[in-house]
Amino acid sequence: MADVIKIKKGLNIRMSGEAAKEFAPSAQSKCMGFDPSDFHGLVPKPALKVGDEVKVGTVLFYDKRIPELKVVSPVSGKLTAVNRGDRRKILDFVVENDFKGEKAAVKPFDGTSAETAKQSLADAGMLVFFKQRPYDVVVNPADAPRAVFVSTFDKAPLAPDMDFILVKELSELQAGIDAVSKIAPVYVGVEKNSALNGRLKNAIVSAFDGPYPASNVGVQINHVAPISKGEIVWTITPQELVMIGRYAMRGVLDFSKVIAYTGVGASTPAYYRVLQGSPVAAITEANVARGGDFRIIAGNPLSGFKTSGSSWLNPYVSQITVLPEGDHADELLGWIMPRFSKFSVAGSFLSGMMPACLRDKIKFDFDTRVLGGERHMIMSGEYDRVFPMDIYPEQLVKSIIAFDIDKMEALGIYEVVPEDFAAAEFVCSSKMELQKIVRDGLDAMRREMC
Amino acid sequence: MNALRKLLDKMKPTFSEGGRLSMFRSVFDGFETFLFVPNSTSRSGAHIHDANDSKRIMIMVVIALIPAMLFGMYNVGYQHFLAVGRLAETGFWPVFWYGFLAVLPKLIVSYLVGLGIEFTVAQWKGEEIHEGFLVSGILIPLIVPIECPLWILAVATAFAVVFAKEILGGTGMNVFNVALITRAFLFFAYPTKMSGDQVWIRQDDVLGIGEGQLVDGFTGATPLGQVAASTEPVAQITNAVGEPSSVLDAVVGLIPGSIGETSVIAIALGALLLLVTRVASWKTMLSVFVGGGLTAFLFNVGGMESPVAQLPWYDHLIYGGFAFGAVFMATDPVTSARTETGKWIYGFMVGMMAILIRVLYPGYAEGMMLAILLMNLFAPLIDYCVVQRNVSMREKRAKSVNSKI
Repeated sequence: MADVIKIKKGLNIRMSGEAAKEFAPSAQSKCMGFDPSDFHGLVPKPALKVGDEVKVGTVLFYDKRIPELKVVSPVSGKLTAVNRGDRRKILDFVVENDFKGEKAAVKPFDGTSAETAKQSLADAGMLVFFKQRPYDVVVNPADAPRAVFVSTFDKAPLAPDMDFILVKELSELQAGIDAVSKIAPVYVGVEKNSALNGRLKNAIVSAFDGPYPASNVGVQINHVAPISKGEIVWTITPQELVMIGRYAMRGVLDFSKVIAYTGVGASTPAYYRVLQGSPVAAITEANVARGGDFRIIAGNPLSGFKTSGSSWLNPYVSQITVLPEGDHADELLGWIMPRFSKFSVAGSFLSGMMPACLRDKIKFDFDTRVLGGERHMIMSGEYDRVFPMDIYPEQLVKSIIAFDIDKMEALGIYEVVPEDFAAAEFVCSSKMELQKIVRDGLDAMRREMC
Repeated sequence: MNALRKLLDKMKPTFSEGGRLSMFRSVFDGFETFLFVPNSTSRSGAHIHDANDSKRIMIMVVIALIPAMLFGMYNVGYQHFLAVGRLAETGFWPVFWYGFLAVLPKLIVSYLVGLGIEFTVAQWKGEEIHEGFLVSGILIPLIVPIECPLWILAVATAFAVVFAKEILGGTGMNVFNVALITRAFLFFAYPTKMSGDQVWIRQDDVLGIGEGQLVDGFTGATPLGQVAASTEPVAQITNAVGEPSSVLDAVVGLIPGSIGETSVIAIALGALLLLVTRVASWKTMLSVFVGGGLTAFLFNVGGMESPVAQLPWYDHLIYGGFAFGAVFMATDPVTSARTETGKWIYGFMVGMMAILIRVLYPGYAEGMMLAILLMNLFAPLIDYCVVQRNVSMREKRAKSVNSKI
C-alpha cells in the first residue's frame, strides 16, 4: 500500500444521471474518424489520399513538425474523406469501416532503451496518447520527460468508476506501466480505497484521498513531484495506457475503450465499449432523452468539451455527458429567492450551508446556464478553497489576463492546464471563463517561448 | 411570471442594438437580469456553474446593512427628541418616523447619483451594469452625519463613483472602498459639515414632525469627540442633554454618531449574516478587532497621559465607526487583502492604525476611515509579500532541479 496523500480542498458535485454499472450493447460504427484539433498542438498532415485502403494501424495523419506523432486507423476499410474548412484547415478524417478488422503489420514493442520504446509507440500510433506539461499539448519524442504521470481514478461529477473499467484489464495496465517506464519513471495516482491500490508495481504509486479535483493528474503531480521551469512531464489517461499495455503484451493494436454515458439527458446511462475514433452518435443516437434541448459534452461537465452527435469521440475522454441546455428556464429573482434545490458552495444557499459530507449525499440537477453575469474578479478566496495545489490561483489568473510572462512563470503556469481550473470556474461568482483564460494563456506563452 | 417574461421578450427588440431605445440597453438588461436569472448558457469551460452570483452576494451585504440602517433611523429620531426634551412624551413610531424621513432623502440621493453614473457608464462601455453600487449606495448614507447637506452628499458620491471606481474599470477594479472615498471627500472638502458638535444630531423638524427648542445645556458631540476634547485625564461621556452616557447606551447605539454606525447590536446582526453566508471573511473581521483591541490595551497599560489613550480598550471598539468599519468596510473583498494570510495581517493593521490615529491625532476622531483607506493602499503590498513566499519557493525548486541537470 502506498502512503495516502490527503487532500482537503475541493468539492464533490453529485448529479442525477450516473451511469449504471453495466455494459450496454454496442457495435462498431460504419464511419470512424478523428478531428485533429482534439490533439492540441498537433498540425495535421494527411498520410493518405482519399480512397486509399486502410488497415488497423495504418497511419491516417501525422504532425507536420514531429512526424513521429501519428494517428492511426482503429479499423480497416477505406479513407473516404478529408474534410476541410476555412483556409483549408483540416476538420476531420473519415474512415469507412469494412468490419473485417484487417491488421497492418506492426513490429513488437522494443523496450531496450527509451529511444526504442518511443519509436515503437510512435509506430503504433500511440505517442499521441501522451500530453505534455507545460502547455498541455502533444509531446515531442525528442524530449526526455522527467516523469510520466497517470491518474487511475476520476472524481469529477458523473465520472466513470475507473475501477470498474480498469480491474478487468489489470495485467494490460501493468504492461502499459512497464512499457512506459522504459521512457521515464511512471508515477501512478490511485484512490485510497481503490481495488488498484497495492496491485500495481514498477511505478511510484501514491494513494489519494479527497474530493474532486484530487483525481486530476495535475493536482497529483503538484503533491508528489511538482514541475519546475525547464522540466517536462508527460501525462496519460489510464485507458490509453491499457492500449499501450495490450500492444506491449501481445503485439496487437486494440483501440477499444470504455465510455461512461451519463447525465440527465441520457436515456440509458451506462458503460459502452467502443473504439477510439467512433462517432459520438454511436453512443448518443437513440439514447438522448426526448423533449428539450440538450448539450452533449465529451468528458465531464466541468472540464469536458461541447460536442455533437456528428462529431468524433475526443481521444482522451472516458465519459460523455448529456445535460439540458436550460436556456428557457426563466428563473425569477434569483438574487433573493431561497433556491433550496440549487447547488452552491456559498453560504447564502441551503446546499452551501450544509457540511460537505451531507451535501455529497444529495443529487442535484444542473443545466448549462452560467447563472449570472460575467464580472471582474470580486470575491477573494473562492478559487483557493477548491484548488488543492501549492499555487495562488487568483494571482495566476490575473497574471495570465495581463499576459505578464515573468509573473506567470513565477506563479506556476508550467504546472497547470485548463482542467485544473475547472472547479474554480464552477464556483466563481464572477462567472469568469477561467479554463479559456488558462488555455489562451498557455497557447500564447507557447508561441512566445518555443 | 409567464406574462412578465412575455412582456420583457416583447420589449427586448426595442432596447436591443438597432432598436429605437437602444440607448437604454444596459438599463433594460439590468432590470431583466434583476427579474430573471440570465438564461445564457456557458460558451467555454465548465458546463455547469454554482448558483451563486455577484447579485446575490451584493444583496446579502445590503440585507446585512438593514438592521444598522433601521436602527440608525430610530436613533436619529431618538437623538432629536432627546435634544428637544420631548423624548419622554413621544412614542416609538413618531421617533422612528422622524428618523426615517430624515434619512430617506440621503438614501435616495446616494442611489440616484451613484446608480445614475453606473447606468450611464455601463451603457457607454456596452457592459452589463455592475452591482457594486448597490452596497456602496446604502453604505454612504450610513457613514455620514445626519446634518450633512444633500447637495454635498451628491457631489461626494459622484466624485467617489467616478474617480474611485469607474475610471479604474468598475466594480472589482477599484483600489479604495468607494463609500469610504465618499466620506473622505466630505471630510476633507467640507470639514465643517462633517465634524464638530453641530452635525450629529438633527435639530430641525422634518415635515412638521418633531418641532421644538433645544434644551439648555445641549451638546451634540459624539462620545469620541468628547473624549478627544476632554481636559480631564479620564473623560466623562455624556449624552445630548448632559446626562452621563453608559457603555450600554453605546452597545445599543443610542449615542450621537454617523447614521448607521452607532449600534453594536445592529452591526453584530449584520456581521452574523455576512459570516454565515461567508460573504465577508471572518479572518479579516476578527483580526481588525484583535488589532484594535490590542493596540488600545497597550495604550491603556502604557500609561500615556491623554484621555483618548486612557479610554478603555473595549470602549474604543464600540464607540465611533470602529465596529461598522470592521464588519462592512474592512471586509470588502475587492479592496482588502486577497490572500488568506494577507487577510490576517491586513485586518490587524486596520485595527491598529485606527486606534493609533485616534490616540495620536485626536483631531481625526474617526480614525477608522483613514485606517481602512490607508490599508486599502497597502493591501496589494501585503498580498505581494505573501505570494512572494510561494514564488521564491518555486524559484528555489527550479534552481535545485536545474543544477542537477
